[in-house]
Amino acid sequence: MKKIYAFESECLGCRLCEVYCKTAHSKSKDIIKAHKQENITSAIIIEEILQPKAVSYFALQCRHCASPKCVKACISGAMHKDEKGIVHNDKKRCVSCMSCVLVCPFGAVKKSSDGKAVSKCDLCMDYGKSLCVENCPNNAIKLLNEDEAEVLK
Amino acid sequence: MLKEGELRIPSGCAISGIIDKEGKRFNGDEIIKSIALMHDRSNGLGGGFAAYGIYPQYKDFYALHIFYDNLSIKMKTEDFISKHFDIESAGNIPTKSVPGVRNKPLIWRYFVHPRNYMVKEGFVDEAEFTSRYVIKINTEYKGAYVFSSGKNMGTFKGVGYPEDIGKFFMLNTYEGYMWTAHGRFPTNTPGWWGGAHPFTMLDWSVIHNGEISSYDANRRFVEMYGYKCTLQTDTEVITYLFDMLVRKHNVPMEKAIKVVAAPLWDDIERESKEVQNELKSIRSVYASALINGPFSIILGFEKGMIALNDRIKLRSLIAAEKGSRTYVASEESAIRIICDNPHKIWSPQGGEPVIALLEGEQK
Amino acid sequence: MSLDFNSPEFEVIRDEKKCIQCQVCVRQCSNKVHLYDEEDNVVRADDIKCVNCHRCVVLCPTKALVMKKYPLEFKENANWTAAALKEIYKQSQTGGVLLSSMGNPKPFPIYWDKMLLNASQVTNPSIDPLREPMETKVMIGRKPEKLEFDAKGKLVTNVPPQVELSIPIMFSAMSYGSISRNAHESLARAATELGICYNTGEGGLNRDFYKYGKNTIVQVASGRFGVHKEYLNAGAAIEIKIGQGAKPGIGGHLPGKKVGEDVSATRMIPVGSDAISPAPHHDIYSIEDLRQLIFSLKEVTDYKKPVFVKIAAVHNSAAIASGIVRAGADAIVIDGFRGGTGAAPTRVRDNVGIPIELALAAIDQRLREEEIRNEVSLIIAGSIRNSADIVKAVALGADAVYIGSAAVIALGCHLCRSCSTGKCNWGIATQEPELVKRLNPDIMYRRLVNLVSAWNHEIQELLGGMGINAIDSLRGNRLMLRGIDLNEKELEILGIKYAGE
Repeated sequence: MKKIYAFESECLGCRLCEVYCKTAHSKSKDIIKAHKQENITSAIIIEEILQPKAVSYFALQCRHCASPKCVKACISGAMHKDEKGIVHNDKKRCVSCMSCVLVCPFGAVKKSSDGKAVSKCDLCMDYGKSLCVENCPNNAIKLLNEDEAEVLK
Repeated sequence: MLKEGELRIPSGCAISGIIDKEGKRFNGDEIIKSIALMHDRSNGLGGGFAAYGIYPQYKDFYALHIFYDNLSIKMKTEDFISKHFDIESAGNIPTKSVPGVRNKPLIWRYFVHPRNYMVKEGFVDEAEFTSRYVIKINTEYKGAYVFSSGKNMGTFKGVGYPEDIGKFFMLNTYEGYMWTAHGRFPTNTPGWWGGAHPFTMLDWSVIHNGEISSYDANRRFVEMYGYKCTLQTDTEVITYLFDMLVRKHNVPMEKAIKVVAAPLWDDIERESKEVQNELKSIRSVYASALINGPFSIILGFEKGMIALNDRIKLRSLIAAEKGSRTYVASEESAIRIICDNPHKIWSPQGGEPVIALLEGEQK
Repeated sequence: MSLDFNSPEFEVIRDEKKCIQCQVCVRQCSNKVHLYDEEDNVVRADDIKCVNCHRCVVLCPTKALVMKKYPLEFKENANWTAAALKEIYKQSQTGGVLLSSMGNPKPFPIYWDKMLLNASQVTNPSIDPLREPMETKVMIGRKPEKLEFDAKGKLVTNVPPQVELSIPIMFSAMSYGSISRNAHESLARAATELGICYNTGEGGLNRDFYKYGKNTIVQVASGRFGVHKEYLNAGAAIEIKIGQGAKPGIGGHLPGKKVGEDVSATRMIPVGSDAISPAPHHDIYSIEDLRQLIFSLKEVTDYKKPVFVKIAAVHNSAAIASGIVRAGADAIVIDGFRGGTGAAPTRVRDNVGIPIELALAAIDQRLREEEIRNEVSLIIAGSIRNSADIVKAVALGADAVYIGSAAVIALGCHLCRSCSTGKCNWGIATQEPELVKRLNPDIMYRRLVNLVSAWNHEIQELLGGMGINAIDSLRGNRLMLRGIDLNEKELEILGIKYAGE
C-alpha cells in the first residue's frame, strides 16, 4: 500500500501541509472557513529541529504501522486496520480514552481539538488524493510504496 | 516600376530539359514543343532557353550575349569589353518578329577571350577573370546586361511566352546536345528582358520553379565570396552557389547536391560513422548554402544536366529516359509530347538528383 | 542615527478576510517582512524590508497577499524623479556606490519589438512542423573556408571540433557562488536532457557536475577561479569571458559570506574570502595577448574543444569581433546591455554598452564584408525574452543565443533585483542552505526543459510559416525581417527594410 512519506532533505518548514490537512479534515472543506470557524488539529505536524548550522524540519504523521500499537491499545475497537493496510479511527466508536495517543511511538496520534476523538492521517480517502502531497511546494511529501520509499531514503 | 535587382519578385514556373548523352545534336523544335505544352504555367512575362553545343566553331571562346537599352551604353560597354578581351567575332543575334514579343532591346553577341595581364601572368584563371568582368558589367554598366557568358553554349530569353521567345530567336536554326527551357509566372514584373530565365554564369545555366525561402541567407553567403546578386532572383543565387561550390571550391557535384539539398539530421544519424562525418561537415561548413523552400531546378553545364527537387519535394518534377536521351520537366505530359513510350519514367524523390551527363563524364 | 530618508518601495497589503494566520509568509520571507503578533492573532508586515520577490504571494494558500508600489508621492518633476531622489537619499546616507542586479531597466528602444517577421502566402507554401521535418540543430565552432575532397570524392578536410546544439539556445554563464548549487544542477540536468549547453560562469565546476560535461561550457574569466587542466577538459567548449553586457569594463565581486566550503573548494579560494575578478584579464592587454590565451587553452585541451570569446556589446564591437576571429576564436559571444547580472554598479549597468540587436547586425555585416563570417559562430546574449526574439536574432545573423534571465525566471526569479543580498527567497542567488533547499532540482530542471521545449515549438512554427525547414536557412536571412517605427539609420545598421517595402 501507499503511505505518506516526508523527506527532511526537501522540507522547507513552510507548513502548508498542515494548512491543507486541516482543510481536508474540516466540515466545510473550505480553507478559510476551516481555519476561521472550525478548530481542527492537523494530522501532520512539522517539527523544527535546531542543527548546529541550520534548522531542519521533521514531519510527524501516521506511519500506518505493520502491527499498529494504537489498534492493540484501543479499548473500544474504534482504531482498526482495513484490508488495504490503512489504520483508521472510527469516530463514532471512539470514547476518547487516549490510550492510542499514549502508545504511538511516533507521536502521530493526537487529541483532537473537540476533545473527543483522535485525529490521525487517513490519506484523505474522501478526496481521492492526499492534500498535503498535492500542495507541498517542494515535493517533500510523497505518496509511495514501501519499496519506492526505500530507494528514495 | 522597379525592375529585377531593385526588389525581389516571387514567381512560379514551368521547366523542361533534354540531353542526348551521346552528344548527338538536335535543333530547338522539341524543347519549344515541350515547354509550349505547359503554356498555363507561365503568364507571358518571361521565357527562355539554354542550349549547349551550339557554337562548335567558336568553342574556345566565351560567348557573351548582351542586352542593351540603347546605343550609347552599347558603345561604352564595348569599349570596356575590348579593353579586357580579344573579340573574335561580334554581331547582333538574329531574331524574327513574332506577335507576342514586343519592346525588344538591342541583342548582341560577342565571342571573346580574356587578354588582361592578370590572366597572362597567371594571377587569376580565365574563367574567374571572365566571371568577375561579367559581374562588373552587370553591376556598373546601367542599361547593359550580359545574359549568357559560357563557352559553346548560349542563353536565349526575353519577355513573352517561352514558345514565342523560341520562335523569336529562331532556335530551330541552332543545334545542341542539350536544351533547357523555362516559362515564367512572376507575380509582378516590369517586363525586363534580363529578368527572364535561364540565369547563367559562364557555362552554368539554371532554370528554376519555386520561390526559395532561404534567399537572403544564400545571397549574403555567396556575396562574401566576390559575387554580387544584382537581380535578386532565386536562379541567380542558385547559379552562384553552384559556381562557387563546384568551380571555386572544387566540391564534387554529388557533394554539392548534398549541400543545397542537405539530408535531414535524423537521416544522417542513421549513416555509418564515416558518412556521418562527411555529411555533418558538409552541413556545418556550408549550412548557409542549403536551399530551402520549394524548388525544382535544372542545372545545365558543359558536362550535362542535373535536375533537383527541394528536400521535401514541394514542387513537381518528372524525369524520363529513352535511348541516349534523358528528359526532365515540370509535368509528365511535357515529356510525353516529345517522347513516345519512354522506357523509364519516374518522379524523383525530394533531394534526390537526376544526373544526366555526357558519356565519359564523371559525376 | 535615527534620521533615515529612505521610504519603502512596496506596500504589503493583506486581506484580513482571507488571512488564516497560517504564517507561511512569516516562515518563507528571508527578509523578515512578515511578523506574527500572537497577542492579537494577526500577521503584520514591515514594508521597508519588502523587495517584492513574490515568494509569500505565491505560497500564500488563500491568496491573501498583494504587493503594491508604495503610494508615497514625491513632489516630482520630469527631471527630478522619485527614483533620482531616492538614489541620492541612499548615497548620502551610506557614501557607497549604488549596486543593482539584473539588466538595464531604462526605457531604451527594444529593437526586437520593432522588427516583424515574414510568412509565406501563395507563392511559397508554409510548412507545418507537426507534419514535416523541422530542423533547429546548429553546429557551433570554427568552420574551414571550404571543404576539400580527394579524386575519389572522399572528404579530406578535418572540420575543427563543433558543439552540437539540438536547439540554438544555451543557458548563460552564471557562476556557482553567484547562484546556488541546486540552480546549477537544474541548469546542467536541463541542458543534458535538451541536448544543449549550460555555462559554468567564472566560479569553476563542482566535481559532482563533471558528469554533465558534454553539455557544459566551462568559462575562464579574469579571476581564473577554479581553472585547472581537468576543469578545462571537463566541458564541451571553453569560453573566455572578457566582458559582460550588464557591466562592460567592470570585474566581479562575490562577497566572502557566499564562499562556503563547497564554493571555496570549487573556486580554489579560502572559505569566507571575497572572490574578486579584476576588470581586465591581467594577461590580456591587447588582441595578440588574447590569441596567446586562446591557443594556451587549445594546447591544454589538445585542440579538441572550441574556444569561445565573450565580450560586451560596446561602441566598436564590430572591429573587436573581427580581431577575435583573427585571434583564433571558434565562436564569438556578444552580450548586450540588457543582460542580467548578480550585481553591477547601477551607473555602469544603466549607461554603458549598446543594444544587442544593433551590435549583432553590425558585427554580422562587418564579418561578412571581411569574408570571415562563415568561419566562426556568432552567439548573442543580453535579454532574450521569448522565442520570437531568438528567431529575429537568427535572421539578423546569430547562430545561437544564450538565455540567462529567462532561465532564472523559469526557476522562480521574479526580478526583485536583490541578488547581491544573498537572501534570495527562491533559492537561486543564495548560498544559505535553508534557502537553497527551496530550489528543488527535480522540480526546477523540468521547468527549464518545459520552457526551452516550448520555445523550440514556437521557433518551429515561425520557421514553418516562413517556408523554412532548417534554421540554417534563416541565419542572416534579413529579408525575413521588416522594421517598424525605426529611422533610416537604424534600418541601415540593422540591414532591414521598412514594413511595406
